[in-house]
Amino acid sequence: MSIYSEQDAKAILDKVIKLSKADECTATLSGSVDGNIRYALNAVSTSGIVSDAELGVQVAFGKRVGTATINEFDDKSLEKVVRRAEELAKLAPENPEFVPAIGKQTYAKSKTWFEKTAAITPEYRASVAADSIGPSKAAKCVAAGFLSDSARFSAIANSNGNFAYQTSTNVDFTCTVRTEDGTGSGWVARNLADIEQFNAKDEIKVAVQKATASRDAKALEPGKYTVIMEPAASAGLISFMMFGFDARQADEGRSFLSKKGGGNKLGEKMFDERVTIYADPVDPVAAVLPWDNEGQARERTPVITKGKVEYMQYSRYWAKLKEKKASGQPGNLIMVGGDKSTMDLVKSTKKGILVTRTWYIRMVDPQTVLLTGLTRDGTFYIENGEIKYPIKNFRFNESPVIMLNNIEEIGKPVRVGDDESPFVMMIPPLKIRDFTFTSLSDAV
Amino acid sequence: MERRDFLKVSGIGLGMLLAPAYGRAIAAEELVTRIDVALKKRLADTAMTAARADGASYCDVRIGRYLRQFLMTREDKVQNVVNTESTGIGIRVIANGTWGFAATSDLGADAVARAARQAVQIAKANSKLTTQPVRLAPVKGVGEVSWATPVIKNALEVPIKEKIERLLEVNAAALAAGASFVNSTLFQINEQKYFASTDGSYIDQDIHRIWAPIQVSAIDKASGKFRRRDGLGAPMGMGYEYLDGRKEDKIALPGGVTGYINSYDMLEDAVAAAKQAQEKLKAPSVKPGKYDLVLDPSHLLLTIHESVGHPLELDRVLGYEANYAGTSFATLDKWKSKDFRYASDKVTIVADRTQKHSLGAVGYDDEGVSAQRWDLIKDGILVNYQVIRDQAHILGLDHSQGCCYADSWSSVQFQRMANVSLEPGKQRLTPAEMVAAVDNGIYIVGRGSYSIDQQRYNAQFGGQLFYEIKDGKITRMIEDVAYQIRTPEFWNACSAICDERDYRIGGTFFDGKGQPGQVSAVSHGASTARFDGINVINTARSLG
Repeated sequence: MSIYSEQDAKAILDKVIKLSKADECTATLSGSVDGNIRYALNAVSTSGIVSDAELGVQVAFGKRVGTATINEFDDKSLEKVVRRAEELAKLAPENPEFVPAIGKQTYAKSKTWFEKTAAITPEYRASVAADSIGPSKAAKCVAAGFLSDSARFSAIANSNGNFAYQTSTNVDFTCTVRTEDGTGSGWVARNLADIEQFNAKDEIKVAVQKATASRDAKALEPGKYTVIMEPAASAGLISFMMFGFDARQADEGRSFLSKKGGGNKLGEKMFDERVTIYADPVDPVAAVLPWDNEGQARERTPVITKGKVEYMQYSRYWAKLKEKKASGQPGNLIMVGGDKSTMDLVKSTKKGILVTRTWYIRMVDPQTVLLTGLTRDGTFYIENGEIKYPIKNFRFNESPVIMLNNIEEIGKPVRVGDDESPFVMMIPPLKIRDFTFTSLSDAV
Repeated sequence: MERRDFLKVSGIGLGMLLAPAYGRAIAAEELVTRIDVALKKRLADTAMTAARADGASYCDVRIGRYLRQFLMTREDKVQNVVNTESTGIGIRVIANGTWGFAATSDLGADAVARAARQAVQIAKANSKLTTQPVRLAPVKGVGEVSWATPVIKNALEVPIKEKIERLLEVNAAALAAGASFVNSTLFQINEQKYFASTDGSYIDQDIHRIWAPIQVSAIDKASGKFRRRDGLGAPMGMGYEYLDGRKEDKIALPGGVTGYINSYDMLEDAVAAAKQAQEKLKAPSVKPGKYDLVLDPSHLLLTIHESVGHPLELDRVLGYEANYAGTSFATLDKWKSKDFRYASDKVTIVADRTQKHSLGAVGYDDEGVSAQRWDLIKDGILVNYQVIRDQAHILGLDHSQGCCYADSWSSVQFQRMANVSLEPGKQRLTPAEMVAAVDNGIYIVGRGSYSIDQQRYNAQFGGQLFYEIKDGKITRMIEDVAYQIRTPEFWNACSAICDERDYRIGGTFFDGKGQPGQVSAVSHGASTARFDGINVINTARSLG
């Protein structure tokens, strides 16, 4: 049992704060129950449940800081972890970038907990595997997928009287379906907080359809193409760009948002004016905890408004130095869009390429956020509003900054997760012109 | 898949915990203590007895204590000193022909027995969906044995103060040499792993790894241009002696670059990095086209990793990783044909878990199989893969090759890459002599960006330093270079490999695979090698 009640969590944190003899003390307590099932070759390969909880204590004497953690919560263990943090702090050098613990915060309540998700059973996980494998087999395909679900509690407290507690749930599902002969591959992914919004049987149809439709792909010449990026395909590029929004990095001259001669590009128009991205912890579909890693309250924050950079991420130290207001760092990214589906965008496309998924995205040049990566599991040629035929995968070398300047049309945002991104995202399907593919891949 | 940053550095996941600490602290002292072997044996027997009683036909137990210390600095500041410890027990069983796994951090006998029974329960539940029962290649029990990484100086025993002073000295030297910013870090890992199985093995291992990466940046404020040169040191399966920077471990390379063999001069490299980062700001942009590439081992390691190591993992070939890391172009029919030319006849690539100083060196893998060395590509022909016990029968092998690994006591062990290395050339040849024979080429040093498709055909690699070669001479530093390959064509374009005097090990701490994701550390050795007629693109762009 790792999901502590608010009362139990507060009792532990109160004890910790009281035990500390340091100038200040901050403690975090969190725990989770994580379940998963993994299947491949139309059979379950592994499944498991991991339950864990951890207490972290950070204390400061002046500008000397010490941190310790423990996963036992009896009185003796609490005393031990506080004393250990204190001894470490006494031995530490002064941290010139020390910023005192945050004051008492007011947090919004975001709906991050769904009972049904927390109640997922091993039998349910097995049924998701069975619902993926059955239709795949029937279509002479092979399914490989992964369902992971988690129920978590997070609590924070400090010696300034700040306290917060919240529970959250998350589900992530991905399934790759390949034709038995290995010539076609399709993929589907869902990220959600509420398992009631999920039906594996419906999802798997998409992957099976893409697998069978992507057989015998034709090769197109690499070059610049109009692309329809499904939400999951562009999410990885957009979230990668966010690393450049760190104010210190930019002020130091090492971000695409650095200004020639010094400073950063806060307030400058960098993207097409239809690009608006914001963060909001209480978004009904992509809710996140209302505090960041430092306990600062998250608020609705415009990141890019009509193409203009409206947000740079200031750490509390950098904000103080630059006389800026430090605010809670975003936990989600919500890109504003219209009502059109991916297929609506296809219908309005004369010639273009539909991209289901992008893969192995890596930074080539941080100066321009040039990224490379590949298309995967369902890439199709579009002509006169219709999907004409499957095409071989491409490697791209493209910057999300350039991509978000070459927008033709924006569809309806959907929630997507990305295993390499710290954000829960709402990303619309995008129609982009002049997207740069630099070589062909034979991979299916 | 190589993780893009240190996402999995600590398993803690709390931002506030990455805070500075210092000194000869209590927590640091605890990093050098150990769990009594007799206690571990008792717990393992408890788990195996409970699993068998509930119907398991096989059980293995891993009791792990994973200790990590990370020291992070920038310029004249200590950013973080993090000591982490993770201790627990993972129990894997076969019941009804199906795997089951459970883990707990509670090392009480009752909790251990409970976890063992839970593992059997999970195995039985999953067996309803089993199509083929698990077939394990036999392993002879080895009784009570131990193995340790042959370290001269345990890095965790070196006082933190001494290590921090060294890092700050490195930073000061880089700044004095003109760097705008510098980060230096020291990662130290100790895996105290106990393995026991119903085959009759009780194996106690003490594994050490060290890595000291540096990033040196140069910035031209007027133009807004910035460039970074990362350190050329390697993560190694060694102790603190890796940082001795011994003269006999240095090798003078073309372009005035210094390479490092079995020890690393961090300070000297930081100074070189500062100068080269500034040079990169002014270096002309590459003209795209076909070039003969001369690839230093510090660069080639990642190309070997992505285009040979991963495609020859049997679980990928079979489809077990299809949903995430992908499958492989190196299918079983190619191997069965016995004449699939993966590479030119100059190329022999070996898998080796016995290689001294390597990250993947162990006495036994995580299912009790002794470390081995075998050919993957022999004189250019695909001859083997990397397998674990439940895959060996697929290749007709009567033994596992010992490639099983789990990154934590709480993770299920599965097939991971062995050290995969390019054998040195048999003819005497130095990098300078190799460059002298190239008319139109690029010499690439250090690892840069990397990306490869899900079947390991199409890859793109950058680097840290690029030198233009014209008529056998290095003419100047160039920038914005990346090369794109199709794996078999690339390896078949290998026309020369330097001899063993140039052989160096590189590696990665963060090779990611599996769902849920696990990381593993693996080394790749090579001598400088030449590849003819490779497609080079220009990566410079303008944001307007």
